[in-house]
Amino acid sequence: MTATKQPYSLAELMICAASEAFVGDGEVLATGIGVLQRLAASLAMLNHNADLMMTDSEAFMVAEPVPLGPRGDYQPKFDSWMGFSRIFDNVWSGRRHALVGPVQIDRFGQANISCIGEHAKPRSQMLGVRGFPGNSISHANSFLVSSHNKRVFVEGEVDVVASVGYNPERLARGWSLDEIDIRLIVTDLCVLDFQGPGRQMRVRSLHPGVAVEDVQAATGFPLHLPERIPTTAAPTLEQLILIQQLDPHNLRASQLKDNPPGVRARATSH
Amino acid sequence: MDKRMTAADLVGQLRDGMTIGIGGWGPRRKPMALVREILRSDLKDLTVVAYGGADVGMLCAAGKVRKLVYAFVSLDFIPLEPYFRKARQEGAVEVMEIDEGMLLLGLKAAAMGAPFIPTAVGLGTDVLRLNPELKLVASPYDDRRDWVAMPALKLDAALVHVDRADARGVCQIAGPDHYMDDLFVRAAAKAYVSCDELVDSAWFHADPARARQVFWERNRTSGVVHLPGGAHPSSCAPLYGFDTAHFKAYNASAAEPDGWQAYVERYVNCGEAEYLARVGGLDAIRELPLPVF
Repeated sequence: MTATKQPYSLAELMICAASEAFVGDGEVLATGIGVLQRLAASLAMLNHNADLMMTDSEAFMVAEPVPLGPRGDYQPKFDSWMGFSRIFDNVWSGRRHALVGPVQIDRFGQANISCIGEHAKPRSQMLGVRGFPGNSISHANSFLVSSHNKRVFVEGEVDVVASVGYNPERLARGWSLDEIDIRLIVTDLCVLDFQGPGRQMRVRSLHPGVAVEDVQAATGFPLHLPERIPTTAAPTLEQLILIQQLDPHNLRASQLKDNPPGVRARATSH
Repeated sequence: MDKRMTAADLVGQLRDGMTIGIGGWGPRRKPMALVREILRSDLKDLTVVAYGGADVGMLCAAGKVRKLVYAFVSLDFIPLEPYFRKARQEGAVEVMEIDEGMLLLGLKAAAMGAPFIPTAVGLGTDVLRLNPELKLVASPYDDRRDWVAMPALKLDAALVHVDRADARGVCQIAGPDHYMDDLFVRAAAKAYVSCDELVDSAWFHADPARARQVFWERNRTSGVVHLPGGAHPSSCAPLYGFDTAHFKAYNASAAEPDGWQAYVERYVNCGEAEYLARVGGLDAIRELPLPVF
């Protein structure tokens, strides 16, 4: 690994941090939904888990991650068909890890992409629950959030629980919280996990230039704050080169407002 | 057996209040010409079951829908479907919002003639709170757990679009994914197909490998409508991609005071032949590039 001297963007830092979610996963289908999420899963497959499986984001499983956007002469290397009906077969086997971008997350890790407000007459209708219920009860899930604030990390429960979290109130008879597997939450401020006491959401690392008070102030519920919190690892030169190859049209630069640098003098206030 | 019919014949066989499943996925291989024919008709109070795109948005905008059964409604590259959002935010339609896989299981249960399929999907989520008709069942075996009983989603009619069909209703989908079209067809009392190309049965015999691109038996196909470009503005890969410019204009129309009326006037009321002319003709549709992700 080569320490990076050149500047890197916050998007690139988040991609690298989120790619860590797939370390040790072995032979699972890694699905990143969204530009940064897909780059993170792709980087994981190239960088530290060659056993990961991935699709072309349409209908085939590929032997190596497909670069984003127009491909020129590049031909995806198809391993097998992976149409939507077969995705569900794989989901229900548990051999998958999805990295997605919810609109709301609560202290239990319950997540929402359905709508904001009352479901009967929403203030803002979004996508619908999509595959979140099935994903969250079947396999590992991680989240990437591009703007860490109290509208996303809400005070109470999310408006619509699309994705199961560690909320004992909602368990059906015979099921345990051990069956739910939420790994990392990577935001523009920090990396979180659920390894605090009693599955409390914990600050795992802080992005360069971000203070722990900034993170707590932008979160609608108390976080577990260990005494010593490391700084999120900077991308290595190798990682930056791989990201460039995976995203030749630099779509990552348009994912965060004003494409901020990875190292901030001080965190933006929320 | 000759199952060919016109779109008007087909819509004439549908009734107010029916439950209609629509194949395809988001902006992909939707039977949009059939949807436009419904928009031109007096049909109302429909329950629509779909992996929704503009099909759902348009039927909502036209006031045809009483109830929606969906996991999402999206144009993918335009994430939020504008007319579906309007209908939801006005509380204009009853909804059953479920997981994508639950929708699959509901169709499969209907296809199997089973009342439900047990699943873990939905446990712990608001899908159960918001749909009290979804019940939990105790396992009859020794796992001592409750499971979600996903009820059969029986359809009165299914509408799907395919690349090619013959008059008997042998249907080929050559694109990379047939989505859940086979399940929509099997869950339905009557399944109606629009096709880009109507071929002689000998076409299928000439290339036996193509037999693997036929996903249901012809005895499940009730009617075949020959509608070249009939999926437009959604895609019918590999024949054509979705029409990005058309969807953008459609999306923008929702922000205008009389946007839907203007869209209907320009693209629906004109009839299907004129529609094809107004979107640039069949040759232009066949030139629409396949999307790259």
